[in-house]
Amino acid sequence: MTFERKLSIRINGQTVQAAVPAHRTLLEMLRDLGHVDVKRGCEKGDCGACAVLIDGEAIDSCLVLAWTVEGKDVVTVAGLGDAEAPHPLQKAFIANGAVQCGYCIPGMIIAAQSMLNETPNPNEDNIRLALSGNLCRCTGYKKIFEAVETAAAMIRGEAIR
Amino acid sequence: MDDTTAGQALANTLYRQIGKGLVRTDAPGKAVGKTKFAGDHSLPGMLHAVVLRSPVASARLVKLEVEKARALPGVACVLTSRELPDRLAPTDIPGQTGQVRMNTDQQILVRERIRYFGEPLALIAAETVDLARQAADLIKFELEPLLGVYDPEEAMRPGAPVVQGEDNIVATHKIKKGDMAEGFAAADKIVENTFRTQFIEHAFLEPEVGLAWVDENDVINIRVSTQVIEHFRFIADTVGVPHNKVRILGSLVGGGFGGKEDITVEIYLALLTMHTGRPVRLEFSREDSFVGHGKRHPFVMTYRTGVTNDGLITALEVRLTADAGAYVFLSPYVLLYATVAAPGPYRIDNLSVDAKAVATNNMYTSAFRGFGSAQACIAYEQQMDEIALSLGIDRIELRRRNYLKTGEPISTGYPISSAIWTEKCVEQAWAALGEPTPSTATTRIGRGIAAYQQCYGRLTFLHDTSEAWVGVEVDGTVVVRSGVTDIGAGQASTLAQISAEVLGVNLSNVVVYNSDSATTPLAGTTTATRATYMTGNAVKLAAEAVRDRLVGRAALHFGVVPSEIVLGDNQISVADHPDRFMPFVDVVRMCAAEGIHRSELAIFRAPFTDRLDPETGQGQAHPDYTFGAHAVEVEVDIETGEVTILKSIAAHDVGQAINPVAVEGQIEGGAAQGQGYALCEEMIYREGKLTTPSFAEYLIPTAMDVPNVQCIILESRSGLGPFGAKGIGEPALTPVAPAIANAVSDAIGVRIYDLPITPERIVAALKAREGGC
Repeated sequence: MTFERKLSIRINGQTVQAAVPAHRTLLEMLRDLGHVDVKRGCEKGDCGACAVLIDGEAIDSCLVLAWTVEGKDVVTVAGLGDAEAPHPLQKAFIANGAVQCGYCIPGMIIAAQSMLNETPNPNEDNIRLALSGNLCRCTGYKKIFEAVETAAAMIRGEAIR
Repeated sequence: MDDTTAGQALANTLYRQIGKGLVRTDAPGKAVGKTKFAGDHSLPGMLHAVVLRSPVASARLVKLEVEKARALPGVACVLTSRELPDRLAPTDIPGQTGQVRMNTDQQILVRERIRYFGEPLALIAAETVDLARQAADLIKFELEPLLGVYDPEEAMRPGAPVVQGEDNIVATHKIKKGDMAEGFAAADKIVENTFRTQFIEHAFLEPEVGLAWVDENDVINIRVSTQVIEHFRFIADTVGVPHNKVRILGSLVGGGFGGKEDITVEIYLALLTMHTGRPVRLEFSREDSFVGHGKRHPFVMTYRTGVTNDGLITALEVRLTADAGAYVFLSPYVLLYATVAAPGPYRIDNLSVDAKAVATNNMYTSAFRGFGSAQACIAYEQQMDEIALSLGIDRIELRRRNYLKTGEPISTGYPISSAIWTEKCVEQAWAALGEPTPSTATTRIGRGIAAYQQCYGRLTFLHDTSEAWVGVEVDGTVVVRSGVTDIGAGQASTLAQISAEVLGVNLSNVVVYNSDSATTPLAGTTTATRATYMTGNAVKLAAEAVRDRLVGRAALHFGVVPSEIVLGDNQISVADHPDRFMPFVDVVRMCAAEGIHRSELAIFRAPFTDRLDPETGQGQAHPDYTFGAHAVEVEVDIETGEVTILKSIAAHDVGQAINPVAVEGQIEGGAAQGQGYALCEEMIYREGKLTTPSFAEYLIPTAMDVPNVQCIILESRSGLGPFGAKGIGEPALTPVAPAIANAVSDAIGVRIYDLPITPERIVAALKAREGGC
């Protein structure tokens, strides 16, 4: 027996109504609704691949029950920008070679955005700390750090080297 | 001018696309969340599957009751070995040749004997994942424990439980070269050490996943995250259909590192979709993934080296024992790589290697980046430091006196044709460490170097081939078709870059279709650091054939000979006559109008050889080798045992960097994986049972742990790949762990012979030394 509730959640700027069982995580709900840009990596909050912004703060969506985000603003990586108008973080990740297999990248970009909301002018330590909950097995992180620095400068309106 | 900038300058004059750090074609889709991975697809009416696994490592399955699970509403299918065809799943080397099949078959689901923790007992497909899990919980089984064996050395003793074959020894390789007695007699000193390495998990971020359905032609389609679409043959054989009735559609893969080289979910999916007639999706949980695919082989490596007081190695005797785990999989090949790599990039004329892979009730072991060569490097480079220490010779100088040089034969007696730039790489990496960081009251600073020799391309007795098709559309755009899978290193983008270079178009004009066993020409596996070498060459051959026809037509148009025609920047022109040009598309249209063939299917063949001599190990093993070095400076906290990598320098001769940014990506990623290998990663099994089944227990390096790696890319242009490229995928990892091990030893003055070098082991080693003083 599953108990469902009709929820109203804002996802990437659009209000969505969905009937969701009590035990459904936000990750499962988002993917069921077609937001497959949110990646499933461990379902235990260890890897960060499923991170989304909830009211501007990066949270592992596998650790959040869908019911608890009712009325909140959820943003996934696809909600930040698209191929035609990429977000500065997306632009910098692309240009800097920070993307390899790409599976961790949605969570990485979300975690970076969450930090930039608080710290628009981050140093390397800020960046490392902000991304420490997001595992990457391909890149060794270096180009990711550089991309975040570049994006932060872009957002601040500074000329890029 | 150093080699890097010299190489870059030369590439700039030679090439328009090659040697440039162009944005990879797959990057934008991935960064904006548009790329669909294998797990991001669904089909109407799709079922969801789970695998029920054994909770013990060694037992007899006495009873398996599935009736309650089958009766649960919403459950479509429960399969046990009773329902399966009387077939086994081959676990041999994958790919297109298959002329050397070994007896490596594995039961698909447990029939009677359970040989490892997590061995699959049953498959369940249901309307939802939740229902499938509920059904799995309703399955009752009875097990009778069997005595297991969990140590390869114990498994070789008479009377040990037999897991595979007659005596658990699943592979043996040897090298016998020169005269050992003479070699040791010429030595002033003999240095002997034993090094041990651990089980390692690939830890790709995307767990194994696939979606299968049967189409209107009765073809089983499987969209799956794999490095090898050409498993379709083994899959078809296993489920009992002809080879042309299984189609594998690979997606962009969310990391592989060898862990998606063997079959993962494919056979389960094929069986379930055949039994239900419905699409079926199977995604491993992280725990499933940790439990359910082969690991990196732990090795025990004993090195006995004879050396003169001047530091010349006169003889080397090596014994290698690898834990193959419960099934054979790629153990014989991994062991062979380790055997060939055993002496490292050094000239050792009197050489004896005896290697064995031994079955146990641990998790089976198979491919992992470095494939045995990485384990060997951990031993031979620590041994070099130990020799230097015992002779009182500088470690770099000791290496300098023993390097294998260009043109000299490697361990198998085969002289490779490419450049051996080990010395250059070591010197440059070592020099780039700069001034040493000062130590403090509670820290010690140490430095380490490791050189390596790592093959690229598959074993030459496998007779490896790769196919690619290149065509030009009438609007001037280029299509590349090749079955090669893209596992995140930019394999497809590299092919685009190569075809753009040859045809003189811009990268944005090229689209690559890859990774479909039915519609793209079969290109072999993305394993063994072979994709750029093999498929890059195939694409180059195909593109050159197309180019030659376009050039021929353009020459006719301009009334010149073809050698005067130049391609570039989407234009075709006469050399030294800037006014005589036309758009690339115009000559394509001319060819189309006249029926001149605008496409080509090409095959590239690696060198084909026989197997190595079974008694001496002599002959050609691989097409070619990459050489390089990694240097690090570490800080060890002597109170807590914590190791921080302060500097990390990688110097590799990559032959020719097709895309230097992608090459750096491989090197930086390899450095992080090597760091985990050296310091923190270990799959720990107790009586075969995995005790580290999540990222909370199995720790891979995070953003807080890694140094900013400096890459020194050398380009000898001597490789067998396109434009003289060598492979870098595996080489990037190979020297990292031994460099770190050597640095820690340098810092604390004690050698820790077993990886990983955890804080606990460092503190214990320091305490033991104090106690001994």
